[in-house]
Amino acid sequence: MQLQTKDHGGLLVVTVCEDRIDAAGAIQFKERMREVTEAPSGRVVLDLSRVLFLDSSGLGAVVAVLKLLGPERKLELAGLTPTVAKVFRLTRMDTVFIIHPTLTDGLQKVG
Amino acid sequence: MGCRKLADPVEARILRTTIASDPFAVREGLAALLRSPMIHELSEGARGGAEIVLAEVLNNIVEHGYAGEAGDITVTLRSGPVGVLVEVEDQGKAFPREELPEGRLPDIDPDKDLPEGGFGWYLIRTLVRDLSYRRIGAGNQVRFCLPREDNV
Repeated sequence: MQLQTKDHGGLLVVTVCEDRIDAAGAIQFKERMREVTEAPSGRVVLDLSRVLFLDSSGLGAVVAVLKLLGPERKLELAGLTPTVAKVFRLTRMDTVFIIHPTLTDGLQKVG
Repeated sequence: MGCRKLADPVEARILRTTIASDPFAVREGLAALLRSPMIHELSEGARGGAEIVLAEVLNNIVEHGYAGEAGDITVTLRSGPVGVLVEVEDQGKAFPREELPEGRLPDIDPDKDLPEGGFGWYLIRTLVRDLSYRRIGAGNQVRFCLPREDNV
């Protein structure tokens, strides 16, 4: 599970460099996210623009990451591709996360 | 119109594949199913829905049907008039009470503990038509139709 991180002055961008977060990769995703967000930071924006597929295990892992960041740090999502957006919309998880259409939007708006 | 009735039994195309009960085998098997001509006939949005449904059904068998034990999952795709008829068979444990889960959407309250699971059957039931289940001997058979057009 390849993740790329970039610090934008207090805002941490984590780009998922995989085409799917599924049952075979969900636990690894959660563990890698735990590692890359260990250092204190402000907002965390998860760039999902390269992820073409996410199943309920992947969704559960994204929710788990939101929880492990705690109440102090928000997890925001950016760049949802159509099938990923469908899973968030159908499960109403799109009401829980701040979702930016693109990463550029996520960097501009203050969450 | 239901999916059960095939457009023409002679013309109807069938694809049958066997997938080992393992998340990585499911990932590969799913990719092969998505490349099939039947799935390609679906609209783009419906293909996304088909991938979600097939992943949820297969991973559910790995996690609960075989629950870590080795086993095979057989998937059959047939093209029908309004979509793809899917039959999934395994030799794992029966569903509780020999019924498919109700698949209600878990409660989402941002002020309470958010659910990390329980979405699978909700997604399946939302995205398919004509869902049915039979316990046959020591095996399970789940059937449903993946609609050609994106319905949600």
